Amino acid sequence: MGLGPQLGVSARNRMTWRDKVAQISWPMIFLIGCIASIGFAMLYSAAHLSADPWMDRQAARFAVGLAMMFAVAMVDLRMLMRLVYPLYFVSVLLLVWVDFAGEIGMGAQRWIDLGVVQLQPSEIMKITLVLTLARYFHGLSYEDVGRPLSLVVPTVLVLLPAALVLKQPDLGTAGMLMMVAAAMFVVVGVRWWKFALVLAMGMGVAYYAWNSPVILHDYQKARIMTFMDPESDLQGTGYHITQSKIALGSGGVWGKGFGLGTQSHLDFLPERQTDFIFTMYAEEFGMVGGLVLLGLFVLLVAYGVVIAVRCKSQFGRLLAYGLSFNLFCYFFINTAMVMGLIPVVGVPLPLISYGGTVMMTVMIGFGLVLSVNIHRDQKIGRRLGNEDA
Amino acid sequence: MRKLPNRTQSRVFNRRAALMGLGQAGLTLALAGRLYYLQVLQADKYKLLADENRINLRLLPPSRGLIYDRFGLPLADNYPNYRAMLVAEQTEDLARTLADFAEIVPITERERAKIMKELSRNRPFTPIPVKEDLDWEQVSRVEINLPDLPGISIEVDQKRVYPFGGIAAHLLGYVSAPNEKDIEGDKDPLLSLPGIRIGKNGLERQYESPLRGQAGQSELEVNSVGRVIRELARDEGTPGKDLVTSLDIGLQQFVQQRLSAEFSGAAVIMDIYNGDILAMASTPTYDPSAFYRGLSPAEWQQLTSDEYHPLTNKAIAGQFAPGSTFKIATTIAAQQVGVTPAFNVFCPGYYTLGNMRFHCWKKEGHGHVDMPGAIQHSCDVFFYELARTIGIDAIAVAAKELGLGDVAGLDLPGEKPGVIPNRAWKKAALGQTWHPGETLINAIGQGFVLATPLQLCVMTARVANGGYAVKPHLFKANEPPKADGPSPYPKLNLQQSWFDVVKDGMDRVCNNQRGTAYASRITIPGMEMAGKTGSAQVRRITMAERATGVRKNEDVPWRQRDHALFVAFAPVHEPRYACAVVIEHGGGGARYAGPICRDMLIETQRRDPARRNPNNEGGRREMP
Repeated sequence: MGLGPQLGVSARNRMTWRDKVAQISWPMIFLIGCIASIGFAMLYSAAHLSADPWMDRQAARFAVGLAMMFAVAMVDLRMLMRLVYPLYFVSVLLLVWVDFAGEIGMGAQRWIDLGVVQLQPSEIMKITLVLTLARYFHGLSYEDVGRPLSLVVPTVLVLLPAALVLKQPDLGTAGMLMMVAAAMFVVVGVRWWKFALVLAMGMGVAYYAWNSPVILHDYQKARIMTFMDPESDLQGTGYHITQSKIALGSGGVWGKGFGLGTQSHLDFLPERQTDFIFTMYAEEFGMVGGLVLLGLFVLLVAYGVVIAVRCKSQFGRLLAYGLSFNLFCYFFINTAMVMGLIPVVGVPLPLISYGGTVMMTVMIGFGLVLSVNIHRDQKIGRRLGNEDA
Repeated sequence: MRKLPNRTQSRVFNRRAALMGLGQAGLTLALAGRLYYLQVLQADKYKLLADENRINLRLLPPSRGLIYDRFGLPLADNYPNYRAMLVAEQTEDLARTLADFAEIVPITERERAKIMKELSRNRPFTPIPVKEDLDWEQVSRVEINLPDLPGISIEVDQKRVYPFGGIAAHLLGYVSAPNEKDIEGDKDPLLSLPGIRIGKNGLERQYESPLRGQAGQSELEVNSVGRVIRELARDEGTPGKDLVTSLDIGLQQFVQQRLSAEFSGAAVIMDIYNGDILAMASTPTYDPSAFYRGLSPAEWQQLTSDEYHPLTNKAIAGQFAPGSTFKIATTIAAQQVGVTPAFNVFCPGYYTLGNMRFHCWKKEGHGHVDMPGAIQHSCDVFFYELARTIGIDAIAVAAKELGLGDVAGLDLPGEKPGVIPNRAWKKAALGQTWHPGETLINAIGQGFVLATPLQLCVMTARVANGGYAVKPHLFKANEPPKADGPSPYPKLNLQQSWFDVVKDGMDRVCNNQRGTAYASRITIPGMEMAGKTGSAQVRRITMAERATGVRKNEDVPWRQRDHALFVAFAPVHEPRYACAVVIEHGGGGARYAGPICRDMLIETQRRDPARRNPNNEGGRREMP
């Protein structure tokens, strides 16, 4: 996978711009370009074959995103590590702010209006949390990880933003934060029994809560049941998921053709330019198109994992892995949700769904993965600055 | 020394990342499997559902068949109905558009309220009728101002119009919106269309199915809120078939107007050979167009509470004691059981049966009368004796042969059967045995006997055509048989000569100086008619009144006056037309019904609709 020539130790730690550019992983950028292009095409179709109002703006964001990706890719991992904790602090502050002063969007407080741009702090947190956990675990040895006490801090680091996001309420993002964090806990070597314990405790609490009339009212239970089985509610969410399945199924093997999806173009499909864009794509391009897109995502995730595996530093490894797993969670939750496999939670399809913050954070994430690849041979001490580690 | 744990870290990382990768691959396979399930295994089901989503079938009402008279004049027509429609979403200021429109075409407060209600009930892209039935000037003024009336458009549909108004109202019937019962009994989806009208009475109801036609269908692609995106397919349906009736609307007009001088009555004119009803009128009449636009409760109240029953077609639903016109049936009955025309009775002005005395209408009596003479003079005593001789059952048999006592089978709803009594009937209907005196009364068309004007006309036609079982109908006979050709109807089980006796008597009624209707005779050569008068008594005349002199009809209240009846055919020697006139509580038949019948038969023969070739009149469309 042509990751460039081997460099000497000193050169590894002090790379020139030329060295860095030579290490940029072009196949990965090609994959990103392919997926984004599919996104543009679908936004063009969603607007009834018009660039306005979605495709042109999305393309502009992608261009900005590309620039940011390249810029981030150049950033030295050590410099990045120094920024992690302040970044985490700012992200949490933004989440607190949005909980109290955010705009209501989609029935939940998710947005901060900065005048020029609207910011979705929960999306930013997806990157920040991966950075933070990578930074924290970088400082632990395998033996440290084995000590339960050393897991207290990262658990708090995860639960705090997750709780804030849950309060918005944005179950999808909160779930994703927990899943990505859990994946990172797995790969740093947290013992399996600890996961089993947490899982058992969680189920116990859930069981207790479900059967206790004090904690959950009947109407709340009913809402949870609807959430778990949306098709029982044909007027609300059930209508959306039913229409989504009709769109998918009626697409058949080869699809109805570009711009010819009846379910999407006649407005039966909700949110066709955002959360349900995969449905529209699979309606117009069929199962074949759907599998191609899933394949592209799988390749992109696998590429990130390979970069992680090849990275010499624990920080870079965890960063690339966490971000790749984040991408996996994105496309899996989104597609599984529009196919009716899991409850509908507001998770967009990265690079394809219309939306500014997600595009930016995802592109920055790719930039970070690229940076890990470029700086894969850098040695970083447990305590920052100790380059001999 | 720190490299070891670092290597352990990467080893653990690699192992666990691989494990996770397996899990991720499994999940991704689940996604692919789900796509396969939805898009291959279930594809047909979802394709169907997608089409159900997007395709909306809209019914297109067929244009209703027209109804013509025998010469091709439209009796029920479809006129364009220009309507102003409003699409709420096409205007920014709804109130302003409505106000501007109201300056061109005034809108009442009630109409405005209805518009507002419709607007709130429908989606903003649904056209709402603002004003119906615009005239040409209003249409052009609206069209010119369309740029200043955003959201307004002019649409055309059809309205049912009866150009002759009340002239043939009872025959044509009317159309109006179907009620719940109509919809329940008729599964045609057309009935659910707003604005649809169906035949509720008369020919409109009788021929509802062919007149209605088959609904067309427009296959529309709609979006999730029902907005029409485009039309995918269109089937115009089948327009209703036109109906050509046997009516001569010119004659009908004359008959209706001739009757309109009376409070209440009916008249029927028919072709004695092919059964064509040429005119059939009932007075008073009503305007059928009122039913199309919908009657106000007050109008409905007025129509239903009118003591002269304008809504009833008395020609087929009015059952009257036929009075002396029934003597035609009694005469045929007598000959059927073997009584000869020479049968002779002396009339002293009354007739005694047991201890009962039955009066002749002529107090002084008629002296010796034979069969034709009895018809000529309408001698009651002759028929009392005849009836006593042959009995009620024989009379009933002949009367039924002549078309009385059962519906004539006219193609019009609401026909009444009348009553022809016999012993069995009385036993069944009243549970009583027959009284001999009742035979006498019923033989002269009083008592239990009831007949509709149509039945009397059919009876007259069967006499005039020499005993063919002609049946009346309002659809036009395709090939009008020539008067001298064979009748399309079977011969009755009655002999020609018996009818000749009756016809002779009826000739003498009109054309013999001593006939009861000599004053009403037709004097135009070749058009002379033969007829029979009838005055059906509706009140009991007491002994005391008889002693002091029976009060004249003019001296008693309307409801107590006799029904005036007259049946006739013409021309007397080569008959073609039969006519029956009943004036409810009109007084004496000779004096009141006779002249009306005479005028009608003159007009009929003048127009001679049976012999005029309808194809020369042009403009007619055939009902196959």
